[in-house]
Amino acid sequence: MDGLLLSRIQFGANISFHILFPTITIALGWVLLFFRLRFNATGDDRWMAAYHFWVKIFALSFGLGVVSGITMSFQFGTNWPGFMEKVGNVAGPLLAYEVLTAFFLEAAFLGIMLFGAKRVPGWLHTLATFLVAFGTALSAFWILVLNSWMQTPAGYEIRDGVVHATDWLEILFNPSMPYRVMHMLLASGLTVSFLIAGISAYRRLIGDRSKGVRLTLQTGVYMAAVLIPVQIFVGDAHGLNTLEHQPQKIAAMEANWNTGPNTPLILFAIPDEKAQENHFEIGIPDGASLILRHDPNGVVPGLKDFIAPDGTVEHPPVAPLFFSFRIMVGVGVLMLLVSWGAAYAIRRKRGVDGLNPWLLRGLVAMTFSGWIATLAGWYTTEIGRQPWLVTGVLATRDAVSDVPSGMVLSTLLAYLAVYAVLLTAYITVIFRLARKSSQTEERVHSGAAQIEVIPAE
Amino acid sequence: MHLFGDPAVWLPLAFAGLMGLSILIYVVLDGFDLGVGLLLPLAADEEKDRMISAVGPFWDANETWLVLAVGLLLVAFPMAHGVILTALYLPAALMLIGLILRGVAFEFRAKTEGKMKQRWNQAFFGGSLAATLAQGYMLGVYIMGLKQQPIDIAFGLLTAVCLVAAYGFIGANWLIIKTEDTLQLKAIRWARTRLWGLVVGFAAISLATPFVSPRLFDKWFSFPEIILLAPLPLMSALLIFIVWTALQHLPTRNDRWSWVPFVGTAALFLLAFIGLAYSFYPYVVPDQLTIYDAASAPESLFIMLIGAVIVLPTILAYTVLAYVVFRGKATDLTYD
Repeated sequence: MDGLLLSRIQFGANISFHILFPTITIALGWVLLFFRLRFNATGDDRWMAAYHFWVKIFALSFGLGVVSGITMSFQFGTNWPGFMEKVGNVAGPLLAYEVLTAFFLEAAFLGIMLFGAKRVPGWLHTLATFLVAFGTALSAFWILVLNSWMQTPAGYEIRDGVVHATDWLEILFNPSMPYRVMHMLLASGLTVSFLIAGISAYRRLIGDRSKGVRLTLQTGVYMAAVLIPVQIFVGDAHGLNTLEHQPQKIAAMEANWNTGPNTPLILFAIPDEKAQENHFEIGIPDGASLILRHDPNGVVPGLKDFIAPDGTVEHPPVAPLFFSFRIMVGVGVLMLLVSWGAAYAIRRKRGVDGLNPWLLRGLVAMTFSGWIATLAGWYTTEIGRQPWLVTGVLATRDAVSDVPSGMVLSTLLAYLAVYAVLLTAYITVIFRLARKSSQTEERVHSGAAQIEVIPAE
Repeated sequence: MHLFGDPAVWLPLAFAGLMGLSILIYVVLDGFDLGVGLLLPLAADEEKDRMISAVGPFWDANETWLVLAVGLLLVAFPMAHGVILTALYLPAALMLIGLILRGVAFEFRAKTEGKMKQRWNQAFFGGSLAATLAQGYMLGVYIMGLKQQPIDIAFGLLTAVCLVAAYGFIGANWLIIKTEDTLQLKAIRWARTRLWGLVVGFAAISLATPFVSPRLFDKWFSFPEIILLAPLPLMSALLIFIVWTALQHLPTRNDRWSWVPFVGTAALFLLAFIGLAYSFYPYVVPDQLTIYDAASAPESLFIMLIGAVIVLPTILAYTVLAYVVFRGKATDLTYD
C-alpha cells in the first residue's frame, strides 16, 4: 500500500475513534445540566442519582475524547504537513480558538463538575456543569467551522501559492457551516438519547424497578422521539446545500451516472466505477429527483459530468459513499420507528411499565446506534470531499508527508490495537456500571422501603 | 498591528514566547502527573488510590497545555510543525499512545476492581513511562538538531532516562504537598533518590548543548555572554541545594515547608527552560528554520493573538480556581 492511502487510513482510524466520544459528551453535558436543574427545582434525589450515574459515563467518555483528540493535533504535522503549509492561515486561527476558548473551559471545570459536588456550593457545581456543556458545544462549533470551510471554502485568496484570509465572517459562516453544525449537534443528541434509553432499558431488564431508571428511560425515549424528525428535516436541508455546493458528492451518494430529470432513488446497487454503471440496481422511479429537487422532473447531477476529457476522475469514490449514506439513513429510519414506538407505548400504557420486554431489548440493541449513524454520515461527507482535502484548493495527495510507509503502517497497527482494547473496555465498563448501580439502588431501595412511604402508582 | 514596530518581527516573537510558556507550564504540571504515574508501582495497593486522587482533578487541564503548545506550533509556525513532527514521527506516536493509556486508566481503574483494576494500574504506569521516555527522547534529539546519527540517538536515550528521574522527582514533590503520614514519608524518600537523576540530566544537557554546533558554543562561551549567563548555572546550583536541604529536613511539624521542594523544582525547570530558549533563539528548528521563516501570515497571527490575550488570563484564573477548590491534602475522590 502506498503512503497516501496508509496515511488516509490512519487519519480516518484516529478521527473515527475520536469522534465517538465527543458525539456522546456534546449532548450528555446538556442532559446532565438538565438533571442537575431538575434536582435544583424539585429537590428529588432521583434526579441527582441520575446525575451521579451518568456523570461517570460522561467522565469516561470525556477522558477518551481528550486523549484521542491530542492525537489529532499531532497528526497534522506527522502525516499532513502540506495542510497547514497551504491553508494554515485559515485553519490555524480556527484551531487556536477551539483550544483557547473551548478545550480549556471544559478541562478546567471538569474537575469541579466530577468531584466537586460536595466541595463547592450548589450554584457553582451547576455553573461548572453548564460551562463544561457549553465548552463542549463550543469546541464542536470551531471544529465544524473548519471542516465546513474545507468542504465549501470562502473568504480567502491565494497569494504566492498560500491561502490568506480576506473575510473572517465569510470564513466562519461559509455556505455549509450552519447545516453541518446543526446536523452534528442533533446527531450527538440522538446518540445520547439512545445511549441513555438503551442503558436504562438494560437496567430494567435486569430487574431494576427504581424511579431513577424510570426517569432516565423516559428522558431518553422522549428526547429521541423529538429529535429524530428534526434531524430528518435538517439532514434534508443539508443534502440540498450539498447539491448546490458539492454536486459531485450527491451524484456519488446516489450512484447516479447521468445528469438528467426523473432520476430514480436507488435502494440497492453495486456501483462499478470502471464500467461507469450500476449492477443489480433496485430503484424507486423519480425518487431522487423528488427528494433533491422536490419535483419528479428535477435534474439530478450525474457522475459522468465529473470525469475530465482526459479521463481524470474528479468525483469521489462511488461505492463507499453510496453504502455509507444508506447505512446512515437506514439507522435513522430505525431510530424513528423504535423511538416513536417506545414513546407511544409509554404514553398509551402505564408509563415505563407498559414497555414490553421486546421493546426494551430493541432499545438495548440500539444503545450505540448513534455511533453507527454518525460514523456513516462522516464517512459520506469526508470521503465525499475526495480527491480534495480543501475543495478546489488543496488535493489530498499534495498534503501528505513523505514519512516511509513502513513507519505509517507500524504506528497504524499500534493505534488500531490500542483502540480495539479501549473500545471493548469502554462498552464493558458502561454495562458493568449499569449492573453495579442497579444492585446498589435495589439495596438502598429495599432498605428505605421500611421507613419511606412509597406513593401508589 | 504596528503597535510594536514591524508585525512580521514582533508577532512571531510573541507566539514563540506563548508557545514556550505553554511548554514550560506543561512540563511542570503534567510533569508531576506523569511523575506520580511513574511512582505508582512503588506504593502499596491501598496508597495507590490516594496518589491518583492527588492528581485526578488536575490532569485533564494539565494535559491541555500540551495541546496548546503543539497547537501554537501548528498554527503559528506551520512549517516547523511539519518538519519537527515528521522527524520525531515514532517517538511522537509512542508518546501519544502512552498518554492515551495513562489518560483512560484514570477512568477505567476507578470503575473496575480486583485484577482488572491492577491491569489498569499497570496501564497507568506503562502509559506514564512511555510518554515520559518519548518526551525525553524528543527533547534530546531536538537539542541535537533533529539528526538521527547514533550519537544523537544515544543522547536522546540519556535525556529520556533523565526525564523519567526528573518527572518522578517533581511527582514525589507534589505528593509531599498532597499527602500525609507514611505515604508522605515514602514520597520524601522517592524524592531524595531521584534528585540525583535530575542533576545528571541537567548537567548532561548543559554540557552537551554548547558542543552541538559552533553557533551554540559561541553563544555561551564568548565574552561578555559568559559573565551575563553565569547566574543561570549558579542559581540552579543554589536551588538544588535548597531543595536538597528541604528534603533532608522534611517531614516537619504542621507540614511547614512541605511546598519548598515542589516550588524549587518548578523554578529549576524554569531556569533550564530559559537556558534552552536562549540557545535556540531565533531558531524553531535548530539551525534550519527561524521563527520568522516558519511563521504564519501576520494577519492570521494577529487574529489569534487577540484571542490569546483575552483568553490566557482567563484560563490562568480558572486553573487557579481549580487548584484552590482541590487544595489541601488529597482525599479519596468520589463522584458525589
